[in-house]
Amino acid sequence: MARKLPRKDVAIIGLGWTGSILANELTDAGLDVVAIERGPWRNTATDFSIAYMQDELRYRIQHDLFLRNSQMSVTFRNNASQTALPVRTWGAFMLGNGAGGAGVHWNAETWRFLPTDFTVRSHLTQRYGANFLPTDMTIQDWGVTFDDLEPHYDEFEYLCGTSGQAGNIKGAMQDGGNPFEGARSRPYPTPPQKQGYGHMLFAKAAKELGYKPFPQPSGNLSQAYTNPLGVTMGQCTYCGFCEWFGCANYSKASPQTTVLPVLARKSNFEARTECEVTRINLDSTGKRATGVTYVDASGEEFEQPADLVLLCAFSLFNVQLLLLSGIGAPYEPQTGTGQIGRNFTHQTMSDALGFFDKDKHNFNPFVASGAIGMTIDEFNGDNFDHGPLGFVGGGYIGQVQTGGRPIQTTAVPPDTPAWGPKWKQALKDNYLSTVNSPGACHASMYSYRDNYLSLDPTYKDRFGRPLLRITLDLHDNEIKMSAYLTDKFAEILQQMGAKQIVKRPRKGPYDVTAYQTSHLNGGAIMGENPGNSALNRYLQSWDVPNLFVMGASAFPQNAGYNPTGTVGALAFWAAAAIRSQYLKNPGPLVHA
Amino acid sequence: MLLLTSRTVRAAIIKSGIPWKPGAGDPPEAFTPEGWKYFTPQEAATVEAFVDRLIPTDDLSPGAKDCGCATYIDRQLAGPYGRFDGYYMSGPFQQGTKQQGPQSATTPAMQYRQALAALDKACRDKYAGRAFADLADGQKDDVIKGLEDGSLKLDGADSQDFFKLILKDTQTGFLADPIYGGNKNMASWKMIGFPGAHYDYRDWIDRHNQPVTLPPIGIADHPNWAP
Repeated sequence: MARKLPRKDVAIIGLGWTGSILANELTDAGLDVVAIERGPWRNTATDFSIAYMQDELRYRIQHDLFLRNSQMSVTFRNNASQTALPVRTWGAFMLGNGAGGAGVHWNAETWRFLPTDFTVRSHLTQRYGANFLPTDMTIQDWGVTFDDLEPHYDEFEYLCGTSGQAGNIKGAMQDGGNPFEGARSRPYPTPPQKQGYGHMLFAKAAKELGYKPFPQPSGNLSQAYTNPLGVTMGQCTYCGFCEWFGCANYSKASPQTTVLPVLARKSNFEARTECEVTRINLDSTGKRATGVTYVDASGEEFEQPADLVLLCAFSLFNVQLLLLSGIGAPYEPQTGTGQIGRNFTHQTMSDALGFFDKDKHNFNPFVASGAIGMTIDEFNGDNFDHGPLGFVGGGYIGQVQTGGRPIQTTAVPPDTPAWGPKWKQALKDNYLSTVNSPGACHASMYSYRDNYLSLDPTYKDRFGRPLLRITLDLHDNEIKMSAYLTDKFAEILQQMGAKQIVKRPRKGPYDVTAYQTSHLNGGAIMGENPGNSALNRYLQSWDVPNLFVMGASAFPQNAGYNPTGTVGALAFWAAAAIRSQYLKNPGPLVHA
Repeated sequence: MLLLTSRTVRAAIIKSGIPWKPGAGDPPEAFTPEGWKYFTPQEAATVEAFVDRLIPTDDLSPGAKDCGCATYIDRQLAGPYGRFDGYYMSGPFQQGTKQQGPQSATTPAMQYRQALAALDKACRDKYAGRAFADLADGQKDDVIKGLEDGSLKLDGADSQDFFKLILKDTQTGFLADPIYGGNKNMASWKMIGFPGAHYDYRDWIDRHNQPVTLPPIGIADHPNWAP
């Protein structure tokens, strides 16, 4: 029997980026907020040590900071004819755990999506005709526009101190920035990061080929910065241990370095860690959330009543909790009905290895940051003519190598034996002189009728609840796109002077063991009406209006960028709607 | 007021401030070089002989045996890695596609135990009663190639799976921080030119195409190291 706790104004499930931002906004509005977090409390001073954070084995290879599969996993299959099997240890994606969520271990690439990404179906249909899209592709417009979100992208970037070079300020083009970006209201808060030799050699070659390279927008800061909340961050040291690691320098934007120091001191905020929400409770009508039930680390069950519930548990677990709580109708791929689980997407990553003459090139790959790099956007979104190409979508292309951590970054030419003296010689000959940038082609994955999330019929979590089941495969559109982008990156490597290039385009079937990114999207998407979405344009549940669902689960399909900038912008956008509209008149913000 | 109450060791309520107490960090435990924690002496001899062929000592650097990779693997198998700690281990265990990932309930520790015994048996059968560690280098290489291409079968173990496992573990130990026992004196890092655990390259980011001349350091050499 659950012990019933005193009522709160707001219960937040998960204290990552979106939970922290919403908690801060709603405590500012005077509400009493509790955040319930599955993982531990994590703090820079005690958990991300400058003396031992640079440990590839512990943090990358053995997943020390991540959610453990023994606590929660998912099952996976490529298609409905297969039996889904559990992901016994993470591979294709790595999921965060604890306060800060995935904001602890991300690389902090802080992108905005293109204006046309938000109206992708109308835009592509208008430009190429309705018959251009594959019949089973289920992409749709978001229900918000870039212009709606621009002030909130700005809020997120100024919260983070993002280092970058603007390309377009209020319509005025800026030298050295991304010429394709939507108009921004002001420059980035801090100048771009410095770049290493390999990154600049890429930029030089890209320019020679007629492209317009620009520095990747980075949440690893080029200089110290104090954000609007009064929290100060330090300068990035280019340590090369960013992706998979917490930052010991206070220089990577994360909830810990931007929001939590302020939030944790507020008298109307409380976080409960090592407490896992098992369901969102509904009243007898099924249309109103009454709060949440959770289990703490000792196994004791609690009921936390709340007037407003914010589901901020990461895309996959948002969808799992909706399904377990009976909120909305589960998606049925046969009929296309139901909204929960629909339009699940990942990212389509590819690259090429570039082996250079070691007597001429020393890239010092270990001198890097998580979001360092020079990139081009000529092949992203619909920035290029897809008409003759027979696919849609794209991605940014860049030399975005995040480090030279030796267990994972010692590429050898493909004809090298796997062991013995020749392997050793190849390791020595290529470590410093190879461009090994796994995120080189960071491309979109569009949504399809048969890629979706549902509850697994067999495998259970430690409480006996069904695991979430992923049904996902690569479609021809993405395979063609990946081959095209990989060729473009290889051409730039050629121009850089690589002596040997090994192209690695993404090919099917989708493989749950091969790391791509942790950018998992969709399943509880936002949209214009309850017939095509789970959430309205303010991320409010159509079915349960006192429930808002944050994060990339709201993306109707993925764009060719890292999602966190858009996740942050959507969180501020939803917070503004809750503060300015919902609190005055709690109920649906959009009438169906 | 800082309120940090614990219902158990771990579940906590964070209210009115960031909880902090001195010495709350969780540094890695340095390996101890003496003896074997998991392997029997016979298993240890086989693994030392095996890793010595995978990464031999030569002019470039000491090899995997001399760098302690067998000790590294032993300590890993005796710890969480050897037990699949953190893995999803509920059944049913059933074979799926390659894309669905490994589905075995056999832990790395069990895999080594079974495969090492089977390896010695296969060697004794083929090489007049001699165990793997007692073979000539060329014979050892032939055996390893047989595991790699699957032509040498092992009783009760998949030879290619075992080859991949021991190769991955050996290379990982060789390239990991020396605190884990397989990269003695940072031999691999010195060979490839990785300076290790400095954590600050602001003085080097602008020095394009120039060698970094900082002496390599491991975690335990870092000036802030205080276990």
